[in-house]
Amino acid sequence: MVKLYDVLLQDIRFQEGLNACMNCGVCTAICPASEFYKYDPRQICDLVQSKDEEKIEELLKSDTIWYCGQCMSCKTRCPRGNVPGLIIMVLRKVSQELGYFTESEKGRQQFAIKRVIGENILNTGYCAHVNILDPKMHPEQGPIWKWYKDNIQDVTDRLGANYNRLGPGALRKIPEENLAEIRKIYEVTGGMDFYNKIEKYSKEKAKDLKMSFDEQGINNEYFYHVYLENKNNHQK
Amino acid sequence: MEVKKHYWNQYQKEIADDDYFYERSCIRQTFFPGSETTFLRIMKEELGKNIMDDPNLHTCTGIGYHSDVVAFDTTQTVCARIFSLMTDSGLKNYVPSCVTSFGLFTELIETWKHFPEELEKTRENLRKATGREFELPTNIAHPSDVIFKFRKELKEKMKYQLVNKHTGKPLKVVEHIGCHYGKVFSQHSIGGAEFPHVLAGMIEEWGGEVVDYPERRHCCGFGFRQYLVMANRGYSVANTKKKFESMKPYKPDFIVANCPGCTMFMDKWQYTIAEMEGITYDEFGKGIPVLSYEEMAGMLLGYNPWDIGMQTHQVQVESLLDKIGVEYDPKDKYIGKSGNYIGEPEKPENLKV
Repeated sequence: MVKLYDVLLQDIRFQEGLNACMNCGVCTAICPASEFYKYDPRQICDLVQSKDEEKIEELLKSDTIWYCGQCMSCKTRCPRGNVPGLIIMVLRKVSQELGYFTESEKGRQQFAIKRVIGENILNTGYCAHVNILDPKMHPEQGPIWKWYKDNIQDVTDRLGANYNRLGPGALRKIPEENLAEIRKIYEVTGGMDFYNKIEKYSKEKAKDLKMSFDEQGINNEYFYHVYLENKNNHQK
Repeated sequence: MEVKKHYWNQYQKEIADDDYFYERSCIRQTFFPGSETTFLRIMKEELGKNIMDDPNLHTCTGIGYHSDVVAFDTTQTVCARIFSLMTDSGLKNYVPSCVTSFGLFTELIETWKHFPEELEKTRENLRKATGREFELPTNIAHPSDVIFKFRKELKEKMKYQLVNKHTGKPLKVVEHIGCHYGKVFSQHSIGGAEFPHVLAGMIEEWGGEVVDYPERRHCCGFGFRQYLVMANRGYSVANTKKKFESMKPYKPDFIVANCPGCTMFMDKWQYTIAEMEGITYDEFGKGIPVLSYEEMAGMLLGYNPWDIGMQTHQVQVESLLDKIGVEYDPKDKYIGKSGNYIGEPEKPENLKV
């Protein structure tokens, strides 16, 4: 059986991110996630480099690996060139490939991100787009956002954009032939398989939790469950 | 005589003179399309540069990559397709509008330098998926790097300065370069992560004074998944709040940000904090205006604030315009391209407008 540590080591970002951590804790001192969550990047490095398979598996199933914000502040300060943020990216990848992510509240959120950001890339060619930012889902955007969305064509035309039309300019409609090439890239590079794994394991979890799960879109019980659930036990 | 050491000088980079390939940003297009328009206008009309805006461009996948739903091989190959569009255009100087994209492209360039097998794999993947080939750019610069490079030339054309017209004193400006501009690969940024100078250089050249507050380098709190999922947004607002509390004693006149996400968060979280806790970070309950660097440059060049998008901010900008003495027509603020009055947004309960 392949060891989890060896699986992690196959990713070049892991090779780059871990170079004999000496546990000084500088990364933790500068980490925004450490101030907010029960999170300590020093402990992540220490645990992973212990090569303790049982503890690595436990980590992959935990909320802990989902607390990092990937700001990469840790990269600027480590005296040995370690990058806990990169290690986290590899842990998250492996957690999703093995289906461990559905074991934790924060991990299950990957389903919501896949359905929104992941699908938007394939359908529109944008990660984020004005059309998917619903004021109800984003109350923090304030009344100005509702005004902007309600008057999107007239406002963005004034600002020199090309909203939802073909041709150059901001917010333009991306031609179908470009989207077709992006989808093909996803197929060739395993991006589609990765999406399918997130879907498969999330569907199984929804079944365990006896929640409704639609094959597409966000209007289903499981989506809102993972998007909104917060047990409030994540902070120090 | 003691001479102050300018540490940022240790982090210099080469920035191409002309002939740029512009990559639009998903976030900047969504929230600040006028900023991208303004950048291209400055490049073409003020500086006379050649810069291409290719309609076939698409996302770099950066937000998906850093929220861990897009696999690394996929991201590398999608980005390679963008490089292939640049190769087709005959241009070699790459200018990505987004700070997340900038960080990602510097990561790819460094990855491909140190792991040539990854570059070969990406070339094969792109060929297999699309039949395309690509060359690496000879120069990567964020648009703010380009503005920084030409800051003196632009100053000659500016109608206004970052000076309070009532007191004659420099405006106090908080600048925020965005984590992925300087923290991913410091050598690709002006001043690195520790001594940020790309925006500071503009501010100082254009008459302002940079506020060197304790949390200047702290993340805006985006955190990718920490904002994208509603249940996690406490992380995002808490980190931004930490910055506001740190800068408040210095009484900044405005904030200027490098990254479109940071610009949006520092604007919108002021509204959220005002509505949730009744707290604002200025003296008058209006909040601290937040501009993109393109808006700052366009404003000083005398562009109509409502043509560059300053009406789309939640924290109103008029207090800043009045301090500088920028001429504007209040009645023009909510006029659309059609020439019709399109109505005003609702007023927040606590944040004064």
